[in-house]
Amino acid sequence: MSTAPATAPAGKSSRSRRGNIPAPAPVPVPPPAAKSSRSRRDNIHGWAFSAPFLAFFLMFLVWPMISGAVTSLTGKSLTGANSGFIGLANYTEAFADSDMWRSLGNTLYFTLISTVPLVVIALALAALVNMGLPAQWLWRLSFFSPFLLASTVVSLFFAWMYNPELGLFNDMLANLGIPPVAWLNDPSVAMWAVVIATVWWTVGFNFLLYLAALQNIPQQHYEAASLDGAGGWRQFFSISLPQLGPTTVMIVILQILASLKVFDQIYQMTEGGPGGATRSIVQYIFEAGFTGYRLGYSAAISYIFFGLILLVALAQVFTARKRSA
Amino acid sequence: MATTTLSKPALRLKGSAEPVPNRRPKTPLSRILATVVVSVLAVAWLVPFAWATATALKTETDAASTPISWIPASGFTLDAFAKVLQSGNIPTWTLNSLFTSAAITAITLVISASVAYAISRIDFRGKRMLMGVIVASIIIPPPVLIIPLFQQMQSLGLIDTYWALILPQVIHSPMVFVLKKFFDQIPRELEEAALMDGAGRLRIFTTIVLPLSRPILAAVAIFVFIGAWNNFLWPFIATNESSLLTLPVGLQTIKSAYGIQYAQNMASALLAALPLIVVFLFFQRQIIRGVATTGLAGT
Repeated sequence: MSTAPATAPAGKSSRSRRGNIPAPAPVPVPPPAAKSSRSRRDNIHGWAFSAPFLAFFLMFLVWPMISGAVTSLTGKSLTGANSGFIGLANYTEAFADSDMWRSLGNTLYFTLISTVPLVVIALALAALVNMGLPAQWLWRLSFFSPFLLASTVVSLFFAWMYNPELGLFNDMLANLGIPPVAWLNDPSVAMWAVVIATVWWTVGFNFLLYLAALQNIPQQHYEAASLDGAGGWRQFFSISLPQLGPTTVMIVILQILASLKVFDQIYQMTEGGPGGATRSIVQYIFEAGFTGYRLGYSAAISYIFFGLILLVALAQVFTARKRSA
Repeated sequence: MATTTLSKPALRLKGSAEPVPNRRPKTPLSRILATVVVSVLAVAWLVPFAWATATALKTETDAASTPISWIPASGFTLDAFAKVLQSGNIPTWTLNSLFTSAAITAITLVISASVAYAISRIDFRGKRMLMGVIVASIIIPPPVLIIPLFQQMQSLGLIDTYWALILPQVIHSPMVFVLKKFFDQIPRELEEAALMDGAGRLRIFTTIVLPLSRPILAAVAIFVFIGAWNNFLWPFIATNESSLLTLPVGLQTIKSAYGIQYAQNMASALLAALPLIVVFLFFQRQIIRGVATTGLAGT
């Protein structure tokens, strides 16, 4: 229905453009018939080309979204037991579940303390590398290569470096005369330890995005500014930063959305410990379903988590509207 | 965090050396300082690799002895690598990862490119709605789907099969969007000439549009492949049998199985890291361009 006005102009333009081509007049099919048969053929072709994607889309995205919502209203268990339809009981239980709130709080805390360094360090690195440094490929290689590692590899590397007695970090601290830190075993430090590993792992991605954006800023801007006597520091703040505005908004939003989904490295390094201090909401979903066997309850928490993601996305759409208005 | 405090003084110094343009400074001082700071950081970034390598080349006794040192008392050895490779699992997991990631990438490319072509070029009823639904689906976070997907795979009897690893991982809505935007830029005239000559849509798509789209197809393929290769949560749930595990999931089981065998842990991690690092060294340019072009739409 909404498609009619949209497709009509497009169809018209392509038809008129076709008409503009000095095509040989003796086209075998008379024009009026061609019109209707072509639009029918376009419908068939369009959906035929879309069908393979659509099949996977319906089966492994749309259907799970629906069946997950249904499951969240039941007492389904992994063991096969099913107490049937229980309405919103899972949701009311979840909202009263202090472990759920704690996991959610941990997730927001991780998102906050990881997003800031992942954006700021990426920008600082990109700005430095973009100052006309030699051997560009070397810096890209060093900062981006960790991004290609699986989370498990990163976790093995860092768990080993965080080892209280045999780890590199405490050894370096000892050399500086600082007493050892329990890193992953200290509830007040563990999340920061996870963040350090995460920054090492993924900052290279944002770094590359910033570097590409910096290189897209026209050189004339800088030349004009330096003729006006603006120094490097000034130029960075009055030219580079404003020009990077849209890139920064996108990077921050993508980073927030990615950080909210954190699971792998936390689960692998601390299993959510010590004492649940680092358990993320995705881990709580995983545990409710696969170690607690409560699929229904787990599905309900999934949807609460989805609600949180939707809020962030709506905030993004809202700010984007405001910016363009 | 250490990195922020390190980079700040350098930026301040750079600022004080006025007047220095941001790029191509006339005085090399700021550039020298930047090079020094970036070099220090780059070395710091390589430390986890270096320390893992040093550990992997030690005997288990040396790896677990204090005080810790980069050079082991009884010399370097390849024992840990040999033991890990003998246990036989890492090569199997590497092949599993390679096969499933390649299959996911191939299916993703075929289905995403064709739907993107349809939306970009064919005027069919409902295409605006289709595009809207695909774009909206970008917001669905994969962890939300793990419970229903597990139930689905269980009822289809596909848990612990390659199917369970591959099928749910081929929907990459952002990539449809990226491809559609690229197809939009290809001049329509090229296709219209072929249409006049009586070529079918499929032929136009495969002989004109796809060959012109090689750069974006490569970028999407790289992105999807890296994501599939490193994915952890879903493969962790979908497979239990050791012979079917992908590399990241297999490593997780090794960690709990070997426990305190640090040298072997690090040797396993390095062996798991190796394939993509080698790929990166060969395709650095394409990968970096791929991240730059699809990165903001992707993840």
